[in-house]
Amino acid sequence: MAGDNVTHVTDSDFDQEVIKSDLPTLVDFWAPWCGPCKAIGPVIDELADTYSGKIKITKMNVDENPETPGKFGIRAIPTLIFFKNGEVADQVTGAVGKTQLVAMLDK
Amino acid sequence: MSSFQLIIIGGGPAGLTAGLYASRARLNVTLLEKGAPGGQVLNTDWIDNYPGFTDGLSGFDLAEKMAAHAARFGLETKLGEVTSMDLAGPIKKIFLEGGEELTTQAVIIATGARPNIVGIPGEKELTGKGVSYCATCDAPFYRDQEIAVIGGGDTAIQEAIHLTKFASKVSVIHRRDELRATKILQEKAFANSKIEFIWNSVAIEVVGTNEVEGLKLENKNGEKTTLAVQGVFVLIGTRPNNEMLPADQLDMKDGFIKTDQQMRSSLPGVMAAGDICSKTVRQVINAAGEGAVACLSVEEYLADLPLAE
Repeated sequence: MAGDNVTHVTDSDFDQEVIKSDLPTLVDFWAPWCGPCKAIGPVIDELADTYSGKIKITKMNVDENPETPGKFGIRAIPTLIFFKNGEVADQVTGAVGKTQLVAMLDK
Repeated sequence: MSSFQLIIIGGGPAGLTAGLYASRARLNVTLLEKGAPGGQVLNTDWIDNYPGFTDGLSGFDLAEKMAAHAARFGLETKLGEVTSMDLAGPIKKIFLEGGEELTTQAVIIATGARPNIVGIPGEKELTGKGVSYCATCDAPFYRDQEIAVIGGGDTAIQEAIHLTKFASKVSVIHRRDELRATKILQEKAFANSKIEFIWNSVAIEVVGTNEVEGLKLENKNGEKTTLAVQGVFVLIGTRPNNEMLPADQLDMKDGFIKTDQQMRSSLPGVMAAGDICSKTVRQVINAAGEGAVACLSVEEYLADLPLAE
């Protein structure tokens, strides 16, 4: 099912789920009021299915979790940050297409 | 390879309306959308001028209602990003990300547009770090801060008003000494004590290293000043989503598709609707209207096709 492979992360489990993750991890910082966030939602769900077991795909609601976005200087959503070994490997802001996201994950 | 009578590319108001009409006409149709349906409507805080919705409604709600309305008549929507197309012959080919190919007798291009950039130093580097193109998305990050809005049209003024719900001060930078925005929006903006207008000025640089610290302006006398702001919202019109279009096959103007009054492009069987069209008025209402017209033109085109052997 669409979205079943997406992990929802919070301020309290971000360290465990993302920074200390064994797999490279994509975090989609979103909020319920944000149109482009909604627009890319289905793409994120699809990526989670495609990369299942290889790359961990996560979402963080910035409305409920202000601490982590603050730490990464996020002032626009959607922002997608790709973490490898706990470090920021790549970052993109805005409703980008699947092609661009795939290119980021495959790099 | 899947084959259709009609493929609609783009799920904003134009594409969804075309889809609604096509489903009611019982065409073998599919609508391709690279994300969730809605298009730029999803970026709009409040729609107050769509007839029938007497109290106005959010862009989210309107997008959802339009998608649900088309779905009620059985419109099939497919998640997919179009990478290229070949529209010249009687059978049109649509190529999707991932290598899938679809064929169809007719196409409605409703790929829409996205926000324009100013193209000044610092803008690209600080995008997402204080430079924003979507006020409804990012306004809550600017609580009690001072920000600048670049633009003077409907979108700029409507979103400047929205931003005052969060920011302590909003400076609207406009290159002329009067606004293009509709009068009722102007009245609201002029009456809002948090909005200040800086006339006859253009932004020349976004200042800051890891975050926006200011916006450098130049007025028509050539005087330069720096406005101390933490955010810069760029709302200066749109540019076409045309990267996947065959520019060598279609008659275009400034990157937008030229159409006649029946929304027909220069190619037989290829219609266009909404913000991808070369036109002067870009409202939800005429995008929807164009979607309807484009679909009726498709029906006429299909009816006139010689029978397949």
